Amino acid sequence: MTTRFFGAPIKRNEDKKLLTGQALFIDDVELPGMLHVAFLRSQVAHARIQHIDVSRALKRPGVVAVFTADDLGAYWKPGPLLVPPPPISGIVFNQRTQVPLAKDKVRHVGEPLAIVVAESRYIAEDALDDIEVDLEILRAVVDLEHGLGTSSVHVHDDLGSNISAHVRQIKGDYRCAVAKADLVLKRRFHYEHGISSPIETRGVVAQWNARGSQMTVWDTTQAPVFIRNGLAAMLGLSERQVRVIAPFVGGGFGPKIMMFYPEEVALPWISMRLNRPLKWIEDRLEHFFATTHERGQIHDAEIAVDSQGRILGIKDVFLHDTGAYNPYGLTVPINSQCTLLGPYVVPAYDSTFTAVFTNLPIVTPYRGAGRQHGVFVIERLLDLAAGELNIDPAEIRRRNLIPPDAFPYSNEIIYQDFQPLEYDSGNYEPVLDKALETVGYNHFIKHEQPKLRAQGRCVGMGVACYVEGTGIGPYEGAKVQVQANGKVSVATGIGTQGQGHFTSFAQIAADQLGVDVTEVDVVTGDTDQFYWGAGTFASRGAVVAGNAVNEAARVVRQKALKLASDAFECSEDDLVIADGKVSIVGIPQKFIRLGELAQRANPMRGAVKPGTEPGLEATQYFGPPSGATANGVHAVILEIDPLTFELKILKYVVVHDCGTVINPMILAGQIHGGVAQGIGNAFYEKLSFDDQGQLLNASLADYLLPTALEVPRMELAHITTPSPLNPLGIKGAGEAGAIPVGPLFAQAIENALNVGRKKVELLEIPLSPSRLFELTRMADQP
Amino acid sequence: MQPDHHDIELKVNGTTHRRGVESRMLLSDFLRHELLLAGTHVGCEHGVCGACTILVNGAPVRSCLMLAAQANGQQLSTVEGLANDTGELHPVQQAMHDHHGLQCGYCTPGILMTMTAFLKENPAPSEEEVREALSGNLCRCTGYQNIVDAMMAAAQAMRAAAS
Amino acid sequence: MKPAPFNYIAASSLAHALSLKAEHGDEARFLAGGQSLIPAMNFRLARPAVLIDINGVGHLAGVDRSNRAEIRIGALTRYRDLERDGDFLKACSLFADALPHIAHPQIRNRGTIGGNLSHADPASELPAIAVAMEATMRIKSATGERQMAASEFFVGVLSTDLQAHEMLVEIAFPTPKPRTGACFMEVARRRGDFALVGIAVVMTLDDARRCSTVRLALCGVGETAVDVSKVAFPLIGQSCTTETIEAVAAGVRDAIAPSGNVHASADYQRHIAGVLAVRAISAAHQRVRHAA
Repeated sequence: MTTRFFGAPIKRNEDKKLLTGQALFIDDVELPGMLHVAFLRSQVAHARIQHIDVSRALKRPGVVAVFTADDLGAYWKPGPLLVPPPPISGIVFNQRTQVPLAKDKVRHVGEPLAIVVAESRYIAEDALDDIEVDLEILRAVVDLEHGLGTSSVHVHDDLGSNISAHVRQIKGDYRCAVAKADLVLKRRFHYEHGISSPIETRGVVAQWNARGSQMTVWDTTQAPVFIRNGLAAMLGLSERQVRVIAPFVGGGFGPKIMMFYPEEVALPWISMRLNRPLKWIEDRLEHFFATTHERGQIHDAEIAVDSQGRILGIKDVFLHDTGAYNPYGLTVPINSQCTLLGPYVVPAYDSTFTAVFTNLPIVTPYRGAGRQHGVFVIERLLDLAAGELNIDPAEIRRRNLIPPDAFPYSNEIIYQDFQPLEYDSGNYEPVLDKALETVGYNHFIKHEQPKLRAQGRCVGMGVACYVEGTGIGPYEGAKVQVQANGKVSVATGIGTQGQGHFTSFAQIAADQLGVDVTEVDVVTGDTDQFYWGAGTFASRGAVVAGNAVNEAARVVRQKALKLASDAFECSEDDLVIADGKVSIVGIPQKFIRLGELAQRANPMRGAVKPGTEPGLEATQYFGPPSGATANGVHAVILEIDPLTFELKILKYVVVHDCGTVINPMILAGQIHGGVAQGIGNAFYEKLSFDDQGQLLNASLADYLLPTALEVPRMELAHITTPSPLNPLGIKGAGEAGAIPVGPLFAQAIENALNVGRKKVELLEIPLSPSRLFELTRMADQP
Repeated sequence: MQPDHHDIELKVNGTTHRRGVESRMLLSDFLRHELLLAGTHVGCEHGVCGACTILVNGAPVRSCLMLAAQANGQQLSTVEGLANDTGELHPVQQAMHDHHGLQCGYCTPGILMTMTAFLKENPAPSEEEVREALSGNLCRCTGYQNIVDAMMAAAQAMRAAAS
Repeated sequence: MKPAPFNYIAASSLAHALSLKAEHGDEARFLAGGQSLIPAMNFRLARPAVLIDINGVGHLAGVDRSNRAEIRIGALTRYRDLERDGDFLKACSLFADALPHIAHPQIRNRGTIGGNLSHADPASELPAIAVAMEATMRIKSATGERQMAASEFFVGVLSTDLQAHEMLVEIAFPTPKPRTGACFMEVARRRGDFALVGIAVVMTLDDARRCSTVRLALCGVGETAVDVSKVAFPLIGQSCTTETIEAVAAGVRDAIAPSGNVHASADYQRHIAGVLAVRAISAAHQRVRHAA
């Protein structure tokens, strides 16, 4: 097979629609007779519901219906558990999943209490004010440690505690490691993560067609097939009666895969009851409460090293804030637990976490999905050890890297995909070297930094390493079909939110079928176009669906060659497939177009031979045995204003190994965007809750997404170590950019500030100028 | 309170529209749901994200912070009017395509409107000026770098075409 | 996030606007740029029953320099108009410093000077500038007109001396005296965000290059723009040196009582006020020396 397109920076097929305002996003769906929905959401974090009176709302002109939990009858039940707890011995997991509408209690600000259906969104919002809610306010569980105390109130009364889960995983013998160690360091780390805040919020449009007994749901989901299956079960329909379409989706980053959100459950059911199409578009205020977050962990972590800085063991005990419910199981804390091990040889590891229910919005994966928390801890521990042992921060990392001949490398513990944590492949040292070279590490440390410091400038260098488990199963599929007009259509079950799947999948199919990329139409996220699949998450779309596309296109290619060889009465070996046609080698004028072959594959007369299928199409599935592990190194040079603590990034470098690259242009975009979100997490974005669980900064004026002035130019470089786990050798890349920015900033800011003063240790994320002021002032105090 | 209505007439991308609107209808909603010009996107409805940026009499404004009633008698431009009648992309659109300046594409229409107006006023900007002009439009996907590159390239292309 | 219902009236003249306001009083709000009011309405934090749109009112916008003693800015003048008025920026360099910090170009295309000052956000730049420059606020109603000093105009968080029937129609800035230097600086989390702390300094030197008058006002650190000129009075009759400026900065830190917010602790705000005082006074001093 020639690879004209695979690996090339092909411009995107989907751009034109998006650039001209013609792409269909959820709020662009307009249906005749459509009604609009608004949700009454709790203003308080924790309360017992005494009474809800909707009578005034029902009287408002333009209001069609109002529903509370009681109105849902038997349809009301807690949502499914998306990811059951992994098979880890001794695991405790207390399943408490979210409900469509709060019934007896509200458990976080923004939890829906009632649904208003009206002729317009404006009227629906008016009617929210008409609803009277009588609540008995309860103390809120906000602080993780208090939440585990004996005097704490309980988020779920029947549980008798606020423990959502308790998991211990062990590798080697940590106590032996300590006995052999020259240095043991222990610190407490706080890591807060934020809210994904895609520029498009969530939305659902549901249309029940009573005549056809058919439910159509447009949903900003990352996983339309699961939504289809779940809705069918809830609504008492066959899967075939439900079509879920994820149209163009304006960014996802994880929380759009959470399911089932109350709105996804409610709208289809109400649409059936009223026999009217309904639309709900989350507004930005709702997004801060109604879409899932990622949030805090507190780690008490300890590292044991020898005098050369080699890691002998790590012990970590951490608390994880899971919010009011835990529908996504343990994916986030397990990722933290596993990713902490990083690209390093860690002979002994003893990690225990307790996930805690709080009266805060639900926590599910958001880009990085807990990996950041783990990477922060290991990277900071290494920095501290390097400082104690007077070893260069880059050097201590180098000494601990897993050597290239050690792959596949088993870390023994269980990962989020239930498989043992095994790194499939990697070559870590060249990645580190490349990053140091690109950022100018030695030159900066030896020459530039002393010079700038002499001028009174606070400049610092940071280098952070990470691995990212990507491309996990279970599977994805793809249907590749040559149309009679010669165009190739590719359909897959995943959703897409800007990752360029319309192009990268087209590149794969185009190479197999000898057509131009622009001749390939990719359909994602429509369950009527492709029936099976899991979804876009865990940096898996390109890996899993990409390989399925490749397999299906390969089968179609074989079919095309077979059909042409029959037509030409020649051997398939004498045929070449290129430029949209199959021709005989050396006789280019002797050809058949792919479109014609597609027509021949569906004859009007004669018989289709036994064992063959009509149509020039194939459907194939791909399921990797386990996830492929990508890795990378970020390096930064930054400057801090020594008085105001404002930050300026002077240089930012990413060196990344995600195996074989389908489209380097798209990959670079993924990394740029990930870094921008990482920078937001490290220095700008903080969800500020008060002790009653109120979010104090629920607006984009106060929740600070980085702008073009905060995100620097980045220099990218790649090392390629193909994954042996899939034929294309791909590893995922979606989350990598976001993962190591926290520890990178902490290290570089420390490096910038720790001159001529008592050392400041930065053990928390996010940081801010105000926080740096407080921390340096504390350190400066005698 | 009884909603009051106003008859308005305005031009969008050169086409005249006459409609009756309720006082409180936001201009963004009017464009999207009344005129069905859904290319203008809504991201925050409090004037921060910039996705709903359109041109009113040539100047970029947030359409979520204007009432439809206020657009009476005004000339508006939206993303739908950028490409020419033959479908040829505006140089700023073309540069965004060439430089991979969009991913999910949701913020893109607002960025296109902001930046076409900016480049008209400042045809030879520095990178820093481009970043400043762009800072009123949030993008969550791209990290801005490719957008900045696209704008520098578009400025150059437009200068070349003009000379 | 849709506004609650209201009646919208496009005023045809100032008299029309003022008579409507006289009729509807507190129930009505003037709609100028709408860049603060409409977000508040979309959040349903503001629910006026009547919106009086003054955008079509003539003679409310523009910079009038016909009187040599003062520069008059019509209330409906948009930030963007001032940004493009080189002569104005030269005369009122505080605006040149501050305007790029005020939100983003799209907001500055709509937002108005009068709307901003009437909104009286204590973190906003313009109230501090108006106070530092000793601006005069000209106010009209259907029945009369009055004027007052900027320092008395702002009475609390989002609260001014404007009565229910009144409109701020013009802001008059005294033409800076010769040998005057000014500087506005702020620290915000991102460009365009409200200031965590901002400071406006206006300083005039005498023939001997000693400070003859000095004005200092801060935003972001109190319930209104905070006038701390008094703490700089020791500079008067003195040369500006590192020591004298540091002493003023210490006075500024002591004179304010910031409350802190989600982005900055009160201690940080106090610290920044001192840092900015040093930087802005030094810069204003430098500018006047260069100009002289």
